[in-house]
Amino acid sequence: MAHHVLQTPITEAQARELRVNDTVTLEGTLFGIRDANQIALFDKGRSTRFDMRGHAAIHTAPNVKKVPPSPEHPTGYAPVCVGTTTSARMERFTGPLMEKLGVRLIVGKGGLGKGSSEAFERLGGAYLAVIGGTAALETTWIEAIEDVDLDDLNPESLWKFRVRGFGPLLVAMDSFGGSLYREVDSKARARRANTLASLGVK
Amino acid sequence: MRVDIQQVEDVARELYIRALKVLPPDVKAGFERLAASETDATAQGVLGTMIANIRVAEDTDNLLCQDTGIPIYNVTIGRGVEVDGAELERAIRRGCERATREHPLRSSVVHPITRRNEHTSCGPGVPPIHFGFSDAGGLTIEMVPKGSGSENNSWLRMALPSEGIDAIKTFVVDCVLDAGGKTCPPTIVGVGIGGTSDLCVALAKRAATRPLGTACPDPEGAALESSLTEAVNMLGVGPQGLGGDSTAFAVHVEVAATHITMNPVAVNMQCHSARRASARFTPAGVEYGF
Repeated sequence: MAHHVLQTPITEAQARELRVNDTVTLEGTLFGIRDANQIALFDKGRSTRFDMRGHAAIHTAPNVKKVPPSPEHPTGYAPVCVGTTTSARMERFTGPLMEKLGVRLIVGKGGLGKGSSEAFERLGGAYLAVIGGTAALETTWIEAIEDVDLDDLNPESLWKFRVRGFGPLLVAMDSFGGSLYREVDSKARARRANTLASLGVK
Repeated sequence: MRVDIQQVEDVARELYIRALKVLPPDVKAGFERLAASETDATAQGVLGTMIANIRVAEDTDNLLCQDTGIPIYNVTIGRGVEVDGAELERAIRRGCERATREHPLRSSVVHPITRRNEHTSCGPGVPPIHFGFSDAGGLTIEMVPKGSGSENNSWLRMALPSEGIDAIKTFVVDCVLDAGGKTCPPTIVGVGIGGTSDLCVALAKRAATRPLGTACPDPEGAALESSLTEAVNMLGVGPQGLGGDSTAFAVHVEVAATHITMNPVAVNMQCHSARRASARFTPAGVEYGF
């Protein structure tokens, strides 16, 4: 159960070092992805000017405030509250994100499924769990919104955050096929019969 | 008592922002209770982060969660209250739009077909505004920002009378299993039993958003609450679906009579950021609470 401080972008070898139950703190750049921008990128043929190779992407659509552009807020957006959304909705985009855009790490909550597990294994990546619903805390790890693309989809734009000490995040899925969610789910389903018996269900 | 419409607008604005920033005391107490009894080390850590976040939100005057949800307003009109209902609805909607623009908040609301976001947190039929009546005096507005992680896990089953209460119990357990970590557990599992299909779903939502520590007014429903709470916490889903004892703060049940041929059950969940705020209008003024 090692702790890794990762300056993004990372290499395939670095991604493959991560094991389930390790923890990670991210430094540098973190991209914000979401339903609408991934639908745009992978279903509607749009493209991004961002180079996401080796980077981490978080399932988010932040609360932002329009401010005059300045060195601190180059895009004219200041973060208000940046948190994490349920990853499972975006399961089918993990493969294309990694294959087409070169993303290595997905930050999210609630976990991803089998297809993502296979993508992490085949291409070298991992899923880092944020504690969902703790956005006030998460916001303190965001230094600035450095850039934004596909902003016609706001708030589901493609965001580029600069982060400092973003974590600790829990490695919940790794490149060895490990998944804490699958483990917990199969244990829970194994307890179903006893649980129903305790309720007197025949 | 005559209700000032401009005041309703201001209160509707204020309630949305308050609800997003400060958790009700019953939910905070619920966290303390779970943290004291949790036996899994990972789950202890997860609960600790959630509790820390409640403090950070208050200290930094920030939103607890990025998801501003679907804004829901529940209006209870008491005895002797004089108000123009249509004006009241419009005032609440204006207050909701103002909160979104003036704070600002992320508008999480889009048209269901065009997916267009008006950046107002409003759209056709949204915010839903529900009206109820009470024997007490005064007017109360409750505001619930309902997050989508939990709302996306909503279910209705029109079970058969021959399947009995077992179908209801099994359905609740299976919904908790299927939700896994997607609903941001620990959750409040809201269960609606009986009614028509739409009433059953509405009961589940009322149950999910009821304060912790309150019991179903129906004794049979209250007994089910206790046994189902114990049962779902045997599954080991845990906070965030990462394993542990703390899968649900509680299972809440609401019941309505149903047809002789029907046995409906609905489940709606509330995430651990179980946000709500309320305001009571009396002749003495407006008093905020939860």
